[in-house]
Amino acid sequence: MTSEEARQLIRSVLHQVAPEADMDDVGEGETLQEALDLDSIDFLNFVIGLNEETGLEIPERDYPQLSTVGGCVTYLTSTR
Amino acid sequence: MPSLGADMEAGTVSQWLVKVGDEVHRGDVVAVVETEKSTIEVEIFESGTIAEILVPPGKRVPVGAVLAHVTSGAGHAANTVPSVSTATPAVPRAPVVTAAHAATVDAAISPPAPVARRSTVHSPVLRHLAQELGVDLVTLTGSGPGGAVTRDDVEKAGGRRGDGTRRRGRATGKPKSVPPAELQPVTRVSSSPLARRKAADLGIDLSAVRGTGPHGSVIERDVRLAAAPALPEKAGPGTTVADDRAAAMRRAIGALMARSKREIPHYYLSTTIDLTAAAAWLEQANIERPVTARLVLPVLLLKATALAVGHVPEMNGFMIDDVFHPSEAVHVGVAVSLRTGGVIAPAIHDTGGLSLDELMTALKDLVGRARAGVLRSSEMSDPTITVTNLGDLGVEAVFGVIYPPQVALVGFGRVTEQPWAHAGMLGIRPCVTATLSADHRVSDGHRGARFLTEINRLLQEPEKL
Repeated sequence: MTSEEARQLIRSVLHQVAPEADMDDVGEGETLQEALDLDSIDFLNFVIGLNEETGLEIPERDYPQLSTVGGCVTYLTSTR
Repeated sequence: MPSLGADMEAGTVSQWLVKVGDEVHRGDVVAVVETEKSTIEVEIFESGTIAEILVPPGKRVPVGAVLAHVTSGAGHAANTVPSVSTATPAVPRAPVVTAAHAATVDAAISPPAPVARRSTVHSPVLRHLAQELGVDLVTLTGSGPGGAVTRDDVEKAGGRRGDGTRRRGRATGKPKSVPPAELQPVTRVSSSPLARRKAADLGIDLSAVRGTGPHGSVIERDVRLAAAPALPEKAGPGTTVADDRAAAMRRAIGALMARSKREIPHYYLSTTIDLTAAAAWLEQANIERPVTARLVLPVLLLKATALAVGHVPEMNGFMIDDVFHPSEAVHVGVAVSLRTGGVIAPAIHDTGGLSLDELMTALKDLVGRARAGVLRSSEMSDPTITVTNLGDLGVEAVFGVIYPPQVALVGFGRVTEQPWAHAGMLGIRPCVTATLSADHRVSDGHRGARFLTEINRLLQEPEKL
C-alpha cells in the first residue's frame, strides 16, 4: 500500500466513523481523538474499519501508533 | 404520543409503519416520531390489531395525545387509553396505545428494522457499505466467525441483486412498513426516516424527489441523487435546517436542565478509583479478542454502576410529584455527546443483567444510533439513572446535572496515572475520578458515599463483573 492509498483509506474510514467531522482540519501530526472529537468507541470503530478494509488484525498495544494521520500512514504502509 | 424524555412536550409523527388491520406485538416499532432531539422509533406496548390511526404523518401533537386505537386479538371493541404524559407520570414508561387484554397472535409481524438489532450489530463501515449497496443487514447471513457479516457478504449481496433492486434503502425493506396511501394527504411523500434526515441535511424538498423505493417511496439514495447535480459537498443551503435543529435541541436541553436545577436539591460527591486491576484485566481480555470483539473501559464502568445500584436502591428510579418511585430494573442512561452539538442520554436496558460482551455490543449500537439520530421510544423514556463519561475529552472530573425525573447521575473523568500509596509503598497507578450528583430529597451524602464506594469495590474485581 502506498502512502497515498493509506491516506485515502484513513480518510474514508474516519469519514464513516465520524461523518460530521471535517477531515480537512486535521493536521498530519494532530491527535485524531482530539482533532475529531473521537471517544473510545469511535476509535475502536476506526480500528475495526481499518481491519475490515485491510485485513490487518491490529493489536491493542499498537493503538498509540494510530493516534495521528501520519502515524496511521506509517503503520499501514510498513505492516506487511 | 409518548413522552420520549422529560424535556419533550410535543412530537411530530413522521411515518406510520403499520396500517389499519395490521397485527402488532408488544415491542414492535409502529411509527417514527420526530422530536427536537432525535428521530425516535415508537414501540407499541400491547399486542393486538391496529383499529384506527388518528394522527396522520406530518402532524405535530402534544405528549399524551392518542395516536391510534388498537383492538386486542380476540375481536373485542377497540379499547383506547391516551398515552401517559408527564402530567400523569405514575407510570414513567408511556404506552403508545393500550388494549384491555394482550392477545396472543400467532402470525408474527417482524418489526420493520431500519437499524441493526442487538444481536446483529455491525460496524459503521459495514453499515455504510450496506446502505450504499442497498443491502439489508438484518436479513443477511454472515459467513464470518460466529455468523458475523463480513464486508464480502455485503458486497456479494449487493452485487447479486439486479439494478432494479439495488436502490432499495435498508429503511424501506419490508412492504409492511409502507404506510397505506389513504392515510396520507395527497401532498405527503412517502419516505424513509434516513431519506428525510438526509433531505433535511442537504436542504432538499422531499416532495420534489422521485422515489424509487417500494410503492414509490423516497429512499436515502434518491435524496442523494437529487442533491448531487445541484449541490456541492459543502456549503449547501441545508445549514439553516441543521441550525434550526441545533437551536431547538439547545432549547430543549436548557429547559430540562433549568428544571433540574430549580427542582432538584443536588448534592455532589467525588472519589478517586484505582483502576490497576480493571485496566490489567481489560488488557488481558482484549489480547485474546479480534478487533471486532474488544471491550472498552466504559463498559466496565457502566456494569459496575448498574450492579452498585443493587446495594443503594435510592439512586435508581424516578421522583414524581415529590414521591420517589424506586425502580426494580436498572436501565442505565448513557450520555452521548453529538458532534453536531448537544447531548442525549438513551438507556441500555437491564444494564446489570448483560454480560460485558453484550453490554459492549449494546453500547456500540446505542452510541451509533444516537449519533445517527435513530433511537427507540423505550430507550428515551426508560433510563433510571444516568452515567456520563467525559474521560475521552480530557477532563478529570465531571459534576453532572441530574436528568429529571431521575435522582442520580454518575460521572467518570479521564483515566490518568497518579502517584498512589498502596500497602505502604508509593507507586504510579491508572486512576479515574468518579463523581455522584444525587437528589437530596431521596438520599443523603452517607448513602451516596456508600454507592460510590460500592462502584469502587466492584471495579477492584473486574473478573466478577
